[in-house]
Amino acid sequence: MQPKWKSRIEVTCIYLIIIIMAVIIFYPLLWTVMMSFNQGSSLYSSTLIPKHFSFEHYKWLFTSPESDYLLWYKNSMIVSIANTVLSVIFTIFTAYAFSRYQFFGRKYGLYLFLLLQMFPVIFSMVAIYIFLIQIGLANTLLGLIIVYVGGQIPFNAWLVKGYMDASIPKELDEAARIDGAGHLRVFWSVILPLCKPILSVVALFNFMAPLFDFLLPTIVISDPKKYTLAVGLYNFVNNQFSNNFTQFAAGAILIAVPVAILYLALQRFLISGLAAGGTKG
Amino acid sequence: MYSAPHTKDENGHRFKNHHPALAMTLSILFAGLGQLYNRRWMKGLLFILLEVSFIYEFGYDIQLGFWGIATLGEIPGLDDSIQLLVFGIFMIILLVFAIGLYIFNIVDARKQAILLKENGKLPGLKEALRAFYDKGFPYFITLPGLILLIFVVVFPLIFSLTLAFTNYNLYHSPPRHLVDWVGFSNFKQLFSEDVWSNSFFDVLSWTIVWTIVATTMQIVLGLFLAVIVNDKRIKLKKTIRTILILPWAVPAFVSILIFKAMFNDGFGAINNDIIIPLFGGKGLPWLLDPFYTKLALIMIQTWLGFPFLFALFSGVLQSASQEWYEAADVDGGSKWQKFRYITLPHVLYATAPLLITQYAGNFNNFNIIYLFNNGKPAVEGQYAGGTDILISWVYKLTFDNNQYGMAATVTIIMGLFISIIAFFQFRHTRAFKEEGQI
Repeated sequence: MQPKWKSRIEVTCIYLIIIIMAVIIFYPLLWTVMMSFNQGSSLYSSTLIPKHFSFEHYKWLFTSPESDYLLWYKNSMIVSIANTVLSVIFTIFTAYAFSRYQFFGRKYGLYLFLLLQMFPVIFSMVAIYIFLIQIGLANTLLGLIIVYVGGQIPFNAWLVKGYMDASIPKELDEAARIDGAGHLRVFWSVILPLCKPILSVVALFNFMAPLFDFLLPTIVISDPKKYTLAVGLYNFVNNQFSNNFTQFAAGAILIAVPVAILYLALQRFLISGLAAGGTKG
Repeated sequence: MYSAPHTKDENGHRFKNHHPALAMTLSILFAGLGQLYNRRWMKGLLFILLEVSFIYEFGYDIQLGFWGIATLGEIPGLDDSIQLLVFGIFMIILLVFAIGLYIFNIVDARKQAILLKENGKLPGLKEALRAFYDKGFPYFITLPGLILLIFVVVFPLIFSLTLAFTNYNLYHSPPRHLVDWVGFSNFKQLFSEDVWSNSFFDVLSWTIVWTIVATTMQIVLGLFLAVIVNDKRIKLKKTIRTILILPWAVPAFVSILIFKAMFNDGFGAINNDIIIPLFGGKGLPWLLDPFYTKLALIMIQTWLGFPFLFALFSGVLQSASQEWYEAADVDGGSKWQKFRYITLPHVLYATAPLLITQYAGNFNNFNIIYLFNNGKPAVEGQYAGGTDILISWVYKLTFDNNQYGMAATVTIIMGLFISIIAFFQFRHTRAFKEEGQI
């Protein structure tokens, strides 16, 4: 066979594989979008191309007195924003100490972080629940936020520390110190500005994590008025699966679309942040 | 030359005969005494005050804590075993901190005494505060995070682990009944009683298969697509990459529930729109037969997981040097050889820690198991469902069966597996070699 033909066949095969992958990726997503426009709530009568195109499920979410969707949206935003802000603050200080200072317990601390980040919160869910009851924060959003902020420290401190080690030369803060800058001054004027990329990654992760975590809220929150989006949506499909799926689809799309756009816009940035903190670290 | 203790010699050196060992001994006897001997009045008083108030405030509590942990309560209905255990653990954590501070006090007494002996003069208040601030700075900024970490992560973990050695379950639950320490009997039961050991080994073997197969599929598919899309002859790379990353951008929890509906035996699109029209029959029992559920789970996880790896590998591939490939061309290397000896080692080396994290992530992948089919279908004569992995089984044992002790036992065994994964992670982490500077 001639090399030119061989090359053409190869390229065609590659495009073919990509097209197949695209179909596999789009099929479930498209199906969900179509479901959300189907009239009625039963999946038995629903079809891929809706016979009666309708926005009734979207309308139901926002206007029906039975729907707590907006309330869940609000709860989720409170938890996510609080978690983002607090996590960034806790993480950056911890990472700064571990990256730039030599102190007793540093090495053990790093080992501890690495080990702890492998143990998901679910390992200790009973204890967390008991602990929140004891301090009176069970069934509150504040309790949820505290657990999220504490739980993210090992992973993110490690990530940011790795980034600081690899991307911010120590000569920079030494130079600042020689010029008479104190600990906080170095932190504020040298470290913080240079850490912006990785901090944005941490912020984004910590904004997203509570938005789609349903395990911890199911353990901590029992009042439907305090549900976050994930728990609320899950309960749509959990109780009477076939009956509420179209409503679930509408509710899920309204939150998945903005998130997906954000992720796609920032993907390059996210990956490079992860790679910088994770692979070189 | 003789000089009386604490009198000036001709160099103005007052503290020639100051004894570091004495300072240390004094501080061992009671925190702060050594500092007083070193003429550090403020610091000494502060330490004395700390120790006195600690003993006064917590002396009784710590005794109570130890009593609580040792006995887990003695009178059913009055003593709440679990509260005693929680309290006891907190007291132990507190004691560890106090001991740390005490050791610091001893070391500090010795250090300051040596400095005093050598320099012969006391630092001024301003100087002392300055040194305190410099030395203490890393502790000040990590302390808030550390405290939070202790309450939210460390304490719950210790508590969960201790439960493994108790008989805490529905029939031994406070406040009506006491919980007792039972040593390793949960472990014995798990391995020797048929109902337990059958469930456990079934779950364990599926967990291992699941972790290895699902994660490897993600990695292989991600790498394969990254390599073919990276081909020079392919156009529209940016669009293709965006499409292939899409499953990562959609929240996993939403995707899993979508798949749950699609794989539904009755109305699901997979059976109705694909299997039945193409192959006829009644469709496959995706949610009722453990084998098909497992198959579906692996396929879904591959769908969910490959885009992240694809994006990661694409990034690494773009950074690979073209010269290596040109050199290989000169030597007449085939495509496969180039992949096997250049691309693969380069990519794997650069991403190893993240790949290990992927395995750990699937080992603990509670979400997909729970959301897709809740570990079902059920298996007769077992405590676990047919597709439960260890973590979802622990969840069931805890919240459905209230077998807290047994759940903790399984958690410890999971911890052992995770430690093995963590060990590989440690070996690949170079960060320990780079030390902090100040």
